[in-house]
Amino acid sequence: MIRLKVNGIERSFDDDPTMPLLWYLRDELALTGTKFGCGMSLCGACTVHLNGKAVRSCVTQMRQLENAEVTTIEGISAKGPHPVQRAWMQLNVPQCGYCQSGQIMSAVALLSSNRSPSDQEIDEAMAGNICRCGTYQRIRAAIKAAADATHERG
Amino acid sequence: MSAAERRANAIERPLDNVKNVSRRGFLKGMLSTGALILSVHLLPREARGGATPISLGTTHADRATLHPSAFVGVDSDGTVYIVAHRSEMGNGVRTSLPLIVADELDADWDRVKVEQAIGDWRYGGQDTDGSHSIRDFIDVMRQAGGTARVMLMEAAAAQWKVAPGDCETDLHEVVHRATGRKLGYGALAAAASKLPVPRKEALRLKNKSQWRYIGKGHSSYDLEALCTGKAIFGMDARMDGMVYAAVMHPPVLGGKVKSYDDKEALKVRGVRQVVAIDPFQPPAAFQPLGGLAVIADNTWAAFQGRKKLAVVWENGPNAVYNSAQYKKELLETARAPGKIARNTGNVEAEFEKSSHVIEAQYYIPHLAHAPMEPPVAVAEYRDGKVTAWTCTQNAQAAQDIIAEQLKIPLDNVTCHVTLLGGGFGRKSKPDYVAEAAVLSKKVGRPVKVVWSREDDIKFGYYHTVSAMYVKAALDAKGKPTAWLQRSVFPPIASTFKVGERYAAADDLGLGWTDIPYDIPNLRVENGAATAYVRIGWLRSVANIYHAFAIQSFSDELAHAAGRDPVEYLLELIGSPRHVDLKDTEYPNYGAAYTAYPIDTARLHRVIQIAAEKSGWGKRKMGNGTGMGIAVHRSFLTYVATVVEVEVDNHGKLRIPRVHTAVDAGLITNPEMARAQFEGAAVFGTSIARSGEITATNGAIDQSNFYDYPVARMPEAPQHTDVYLVDSDAPPAGIGEPGVPPFVPALCNAIFAATGKRIRELPLSKHQIT
Repeated sequence: MIRLKVNGIERSFDDDPTMPLLWYLRDELALTGTKFGCGMSLCGACTVHLNGKAVRSCVTQMRQLENAEVTTIEGISAKGPHPVQRAWMQLNVPQCGYCQSGQIMSAVALLSSNRSPSDQEIDEAMAGNICRCGTYQRIRAAIKAAADATHERG
Repeated sequence: MSAAERRANAIERPLDNVKNVSRRGFLKGMLSTGALILSVHLLPREARGGATPISLGTTHADRATLHPSAFVGVDSDGTVYIVAHRSEMGNGVRTSLPLIVADELDADWDRVKVEQAIGDWRYGGQDTDGSHSIRDFIDVMRQAGGTARVMLMEAAAAQWKVAPGDCETDLHEVVHRATGRKLGYGALAAAASKLPVPRKEALRLKNKSQWRYIGKGHSSYDLEALCTGKAIFGMDARMDGMVYAAVMHPPVLGGKVKSYDDKEALKVRGVRQVVAIDPFQPPAAFQPLGGLAVIADNTWAAFQGRKKLAVVWENGPNAVYNSAQYKKELLETARAPGKIARNTGNVEAEFEKSSHVIEAQYYIPHLAHAPMEPPVAVAEYRDGKVTAWTCTQNAQAAQDIIAEQLKIPLDNVTCHVTLLGGGFGRKSKPDYVAEAAVLSKKVGRPVKVVWSREDDIKFGYYHTVSAMYVKAALDAKGKPTAWLQRSVFPPIASTFKVGERYAAADDLGLGWTDIPYDIPNLRVENGAATAYVRIGWLRSVANIYHAFAIQSFSDELAHAAGRDPVEYLLELIGSPRHVDLKDTEYPNYGAAYTAYPIDTARLHRVIQIAAEKSGWGKRKMGNGTGMGIAVHRSFLTYVATVVEVEVDNHGKLRIPRVHTAVDAGLITNPEMARAQFEGAAVFGTSIARSGEITATNGAIDQSNFYDYPVARMPEAPQHTDVYLVDSDAPPAGIGEPGVPPFVPALCNAIFAATGKRIRELPLSKHQIT
């Protein structure tokens, strides 16, 4: 039995301990905002926060998660859109939108460790998240807009 | 009327490029190919009031108080329901088509609810590919909205006892200006519903200056859902009691299971059973590939169980396919005379007498679509009926293949459409939806079939591999007096007809027979090639390799003549005219040539805009920095692209800026159109940098993003500027036309920067990374 918190709610897991967090979230908890893209930590569509840090849930096994705190896209938007999500909307970032949960989770993690990232820092931090529609320039602009908005609020 | 009859009555676009090549195979000539009017008739009065049969699937629009068309309903509370009948995959169609209805209805967008249609021929064609949603449905959408608007105005006029002609509308209200009276749409809906549905001629459609949304656009209807994880994609669909399936497909197309051992698979926690799927009967078309399905309680267990299967395959005849050898054959075929598709003057005589002849060959390998959401579907078979939920570009084709596979009437198949996590053409082939339905019948429960990334890459409908040969005779100034071009590729038609080796006029009409150059002696040819994998259309289709060859060769000739590539390109295109294709079989994307001729003045204009905006000729190039240009008309849209590159001594490529000028006629939603062209530059970057699918002994070598890389943020263009030409021309394509010119423009820029000419993709083959 593995006990963990998902979006602040206590959960217990008693299935195959090698199951990746991704499938627990999606198939068991029906938290489908976290997406499956590659299963090998190559595309970032499954990005969630584990104890505040961005991780790829498709390669994070449940057995690693005893007492862990997991936050998904549903968790960051529980009290209305997060500043990063607002920036995403302002700049009309999504096309198909499938990768955007992962992009947003990576962006939130980046901004929590670097309040005003440069273009190069954004490129490096976001290089693990693929967008096949090609929304990268809007993602970069939205991250900067979110950084600015956070500064203004002080 | 049965679904089959509705489909037969539905008047499709005339041969709409490649899609119809393929569709012919399984629709067996059911589609009319000549007429132009769409099937979407306004429902007769008798059909209103909820009398629509269940099998059609009723919508909120159908059930609304006033519902004069399949596409729109107005409820007494003022809510306007608009049906989106085509598939949303980032193309914006779920927003843009409903916006057109809302505009003619003069509705307040904030009071509009968009609902997604199931597959149903009463809406007309739903196959969302070929970049023609707006072009083919703008009139239908305007009429749908305009019909409801006229009825609401008439209802208000009757109540006020004034002439309907004295009434107007203003944002969800009917207004009588003379007296200042106003009535909301909701209050009028019941009275309006009792009026006869006006004929098309009686509509008072707005003129352009009155448009509220068309040409101005709106952000995505689904924007907030897409940013908060709430949007429902095919991957997110669930049905009560469903089980999960992972299918082990034959590694070689057409292969069969000789024997298998599932003991270890069945030991995996959560695995329920292993079920065989029959191999398909050629041609493959949209049939399931066959193989073994592992049925489990969750996706992970299904994947794990599949890994434990021990299968002996009988690979069949396609095991001879080795792409490295095949490439040599293709390039060889391209050097020998082929089938003539267009011929003007006498190229041979001109080559004979010319003292200056240049030739070159170009090559692009197979590509995979790799949408971020792999193919996925959930379906339930019960009591002879199927209900499916899936991310499909073509719900009607999904219905067809399910009915055919399970031998049930088309009316017994309901296909719901979710949002698509990318499509790019892959999801207009519903083999995976059929898999879910076939498996559900076998296991007696709803089944969700989840393709892994490996499934997606290894078992696709590949963009075809192609070899092109181009030869030109040049006069003293370096201008061509004769031009011969020949393309060779296994055609899409091979997926739908066994043994098809030549391209159809539809494939060749994608940027090859329609070369817009003003050259007195011009010949266009196609050579034969055998397919060993499923060939399918991928965003921009044959335009990708045709534009690559023509626009790269044009740049080569410009440099050979010591001319500026922009000036040279303008001269190749020649004087303003409509290109004469009378003697050529040219489908023109299913559009009438009179309405959508190839207008060289529009080509000139986009070249001039892209050149001017990019500062072409004003900056010093060479020593690792360069600019390249290319122009291409596809899907009736004119696009010129200038790409800026930096290439360092180690071959490291950076793309700081892209400038794309677009003339797509009337554009409904400019902001979303811009996004499509930004995305096209990234899609083109993936093709050029690293796009390569190869096969060994019939099996695909690549499997995931590590060996089939696509562009990531640092590799993509840092910034793409899109310039939309303000145009009164009728609407043309948006989703696809941006890709074809990007690839040669990038390669021409690399030449300008490094002196290295790229005739074969991907760039990774040339130590450019």
